[in-house]
Amino acid sequence: MPPRTPGTPLDCDSFKPVNTPAAKRRAASMVARRALKGQYQAAWLLNAIACMDLTTLAGDDTPDRVRRLCAKARRPLSDEIVVGLGLNAMPQTGAVCVYPTMVAPAVKALEGSGIPVASVATGFPAGLMPLDLRLAEIRFAVDQGAQEIDIVITRAHVLGGDWAALYDEVAAMRAACGAAHLKAILATGDLVTLSNVYAASQVAMQAGADFIKTSTGKEGVNATLPVGLIMCRAIRDYQAASGHIVGFKPAGGMKTAKDALNWQVLMREELGRAWLRPELFRLGASSMLADIERQLSHHVTGRYAAQHRHALA
Amino acid sequence: MPTITEILETMEYGPALENDKIARDWLSRGPFGHFIGGAFTAPGALFDSLNPARDDVLAQLTQGSAQDVDAAVNAARAAFPAWSGLSGHARARHLYAIARQIQKRERLFAVLESLDNGKPIREARDIDVPLAIRHFYHHAGWAELAAEEFAGQVPHGVCGQIIPWNFPLLMLAWKIAPALAAGNTVVLKPAEYTPLSALLFAEICIEAGLPAGVVNIVTGDGTTGAALVAHDGVDKIAFTGSTHVGREIRRVTAGSGKALTLELGGKSPFVVFADADLDAAVEGVVDAIWFNQGEVCCAGSRILVAEAVADRFTERLRTRLKALRVGEPLDKSTDIGAIVHPRQLARIRDLVAQGQAAGGVLHQGSAPEGCFFPPTMMVEVSPANPCVSEEIFGPVAVVMTFRTPDEAVDLANNTRYGLAASIWSENLTQAMDIAARVRAGVVWVNATNLFDANAPFGGMRESGFGREGARAGMAAYLRPARAGASTPALGALGPLPQSASTSGLDRTHKLYIGGAQKRADSGQSYSVIVDGALQGHAPLGSRKDIRNAVEAAHKATGWTAMSGHQRAQVLYFLGENLAARSVSLRAFASQAEIDDSIARAFYYAAWADKFDSSVHDTQSAHITLAKYEPFGVMGLICGEEAPLTGFLSLVLPSIAMGNRVVTIPSQSAPLATLELAQVFACSDIPAGVINIVSGPVADLAQTLAAHDDVAALWSAQPALTKLVEAESAGNLKPVWQVTEPLGQGRDFLLAATQIKTIWVPYGA
Repeated sequence: MPPRTPGTPLDCDSFKPVNTPAAKRRAASMVARRALKGQYQAAWLLNAIACMDLTTLAGDDTPDRVRRLCAKARRPLSDEIVVGLGLNAMPQTGAVCVYPTMVAPAVKALEGSGIPVASVATGFPAGLMPLDLRLAEIRFAVDQGAQEIDIVITRAHVLGGDWAALYDEVAAMRAACGAAHLKAILATGDLVTLSNVYAASQVAMQAGADFIKTSTGKEGVNATLPVGLIMCRAIRDYQAASGHIVGFKPAGGMKTAKDALNWQVLMREELGRAWLRPELFRLGASSMLADIERQLSHHVTGRYAAQHRHALA
Repeated sequence: MPTITEILETMEYGPALENDKIARDWLSRGPFGHFIGGAFTAPGALFDSLNPARDDVLAQLTQGSAQDVDAAVNAARAAFPAWSGLSGHARARHLYAIARQIQKRERLFAVLESLDNGKPIREARDIDVPLAIRHFYHHAGWAELAAEEFAGQVPHGVCGQIIPWNFPLLMLAWKIAPALAAGNTVVLKPAEYTPLSALLFAEICIEAGLPAGVVNIVTGDGTTGAALVAHDGVDKIAFTGSTHVGREIRRVTAGSGKALTLELGGKSPFVVFADADLDAAVEGVVDAIWFNQGEVCCAGSRILVAEAVADRFTERLRTRLKALRVGEPLDKSTDIGAIVHPRQLARIRDLVAQGQAAGGVLHQGSAPEGCFFPPTMMVEVSPANPCVSEEIFGPVAVVMTFRTPDEAVDLANNTRYGLAASIWSENLTQAMDIAARVRAGVVWVNATNLFDANAPFGGMRESGFGREGARAGMAAYLRPARAGASTPALGALGPLPQSASTSGLDRTHKLYIGGAQKRADSGQSYSVIVDGALQGHAPLGSRKDIRNAVEAAHKATGWTAMSGHQRAQVLYFLGENLAARSVSLRAFASQAEIDDSIARAFYYAAWADKFDSSVHDTQSAHITLAKYEPFGVMGLICGEEAPLTGFLSLVLPSIAMGNRVVTIPSQSAPLATLELAQVFACSDIPAGVINIVSGPVADLAQTLAAHDDVAALWSAQPALTKLVEAESAGNLKPVWQVTEPLGQGRDFLLAATQIKTIWVPYGA
């Protein structure tokens, strides 16, 4: 992982209005303007695997369930597909993302693979817990071996325009992370307006977030391309103002290989090649991998695939 | 082909070519003849249609001769009675069938259009073809409703339609759909560079069972178009293309009785305020001038950006244009395809070179060898640079800065054209102010290049006249059913005064200019002889008086800014004062005529605040306003009948809508109108709103028609039709021949206004 971003002082002058219809138009046209076929599509789907935070965040998660997920993270494709694609080695996902109490079994299951474990924390998904408990939860997850912490922000600070409170909260969480990287989940479905999304993105980055992330997966609306577009523009603007490079993670609601391609097109078009590497881009997804695997199987065999012929995550 | 491992390093997009076999197979049926009377003719003298991206010949087509045009017009004429006699519902079924049939072959249309024009397949597929289909559906609806919604209107007859090469199928749809819906039959000439989709459309007509002769298509170059324009059997010409050719068509059709609509060039402003969402505006530029290779008449090609954000904005544009992919049109990842023809490429290069010679500095993306031009932004330009004033019709934007909203408006309006404008500001108060003040037929707020069959599209100024789309577009293919009234001929000018020959105290009449009584510049008068008796002397106006009157009218901007209610009050007061002054007016007009005039003042006072603009149903989450706007300064040439009512019948609707007018009164009996000047002065009509120049009507009308600062002209002098229509070509002012000079009604208000369509997308 790249070095942690240090953050910058709170700067509300960095906010800007966002024209929502124009953002929606751009998001729709961007993915219609770029097509990926054949080998290229296969390569981009493989890249999506490398950038994937393979995730389970459910109330019925158990250590065994997490171990199964980790096995899939280590071997996301069948050998047949890997050989068919002409790869030298089995690809791996970017990370595995779990609840704090599941970090220990995940770390153990991924031992030797180099795949980091990411943990949600801070009262995920609503974040409505006392701050000291949220900070303690971060420290717990880091102690368990999580190398990345996906925190949730207090939406009320955004909706109420209390930017200093938001800044202080994320900065405190950043400090609690220690060496672990902080991904700030903005829960954009709760923030609703793109102007809110832009402002919250700026404050999270100023407070030292290494990644900004769209959603918990539990809001009414999860990752959407217009939201992603605005967060990417915030990353670009923050880099121009501070020189610091921040990563981006859409999460929630992304289920198909087509989604994987669209989000990568967004990164390539708005931020450039560097944001197609796991250091700066993650796809937070659970079921997307299965669809990617089916598409790659089709690419190799020329036959449409059946889910039951591929290993479950 | 690189390996997957190699692609993973570069993460390039790779080729994504649309297969063109479907189109190549279709093209193999060439060489093509014309489509006349429901069948294809045998190929004649042939010309090539090129694929500009690969410089290969797609097909050979027949160069239309005068005989071909004649045959097509005759076929259309023969089909007209039955077609116009069909019920609206029957015509609706035909238009619906065409829409459905295009939809069934949409992929072939998209590929063919991309091959022939060079436009990216994505744009043909996602924009041209769906909009064309939408146009036929929409007009199936108008066919159904025409009898109800356009009662008292009839089709023109045979329409000659000439379309450009930038959106071949879409422009065909814009022309043919409303013409057919209204009951006309058509002869359409597609552009020489891009005739193929029109021939495919001809096949659609056969497949859809359209009666023979209702649609005829003749291919060829400008000479074919000229033969169509000149043909006596054509009742209406509709042209989309360059202002240069439009002007020529105006001259050629002058006095022919042909109805005319022109959709011409543009150099549309793209205004970016400091409070705009700059990223949205950058994408707006992409969708404006880097759309369709910049070959878009309404492209926002003049970027005006607030000084406060100019550096930031141009920096982002520089970055953005480098990310655009220029090349193979059939590649689905191409942003900018091929320029339509090497001749057009040469023209773009030449204009850009001129712009550079005048000090312009280029920022460009890259483009492959061949008929391609890179996305280009030219900075360090001023309005005097030819790249700022001339329409380039290529992917070239010029960028200038402004300091204040007023200066933005001044720069935006500093053009001969008036087709479109795009305004970017998150402050809707400010954006709508600029939308109101910019001279353009279409204004997009925080958007650009939005089109819909139910949104009127068309220009002001030298961008042409007439609208396409929506109710206004339908109206352009209909005319009043009633025949025009017969009007007295224009006689000889009365002799110069011999002596003071009126009895009693001499009555002096002067011109009325800028709210004051002015002596004629000629220093002469002429005798007004009514029913054989000398009624008095009228000032002999001349060129300079017209000039002064137009200047005075231009200054009276306050009238246009007033609300309809305020203007209504003035018009009611005018009626009241006409009644009070009827004794003095009776020396020049009958009591009946005076009573008619008072009624007319009340009639247009009533309308002044009720001629409502409309909100059109286009796309969801968009407000699309079709706003009736006054022209500004109009010229009115009165007829010889009923001098007082004839004068007020033209003046009152014009000023009720907010125009200021320069009026040439009846030549034979102008004194009643000059007498009115006193009534105007006491009726709170501001100085310069009504100006009256009496004298030799033909000479004055010529000066007025040729005046480049008069925005519209009405004439109730049939003998002068050819003269004024030909002279109007200078600034392409619309000319309305008033067939019922003593009439009143909605027609007058429609002719006194032009539509400005304002698009406002919304969404929190």
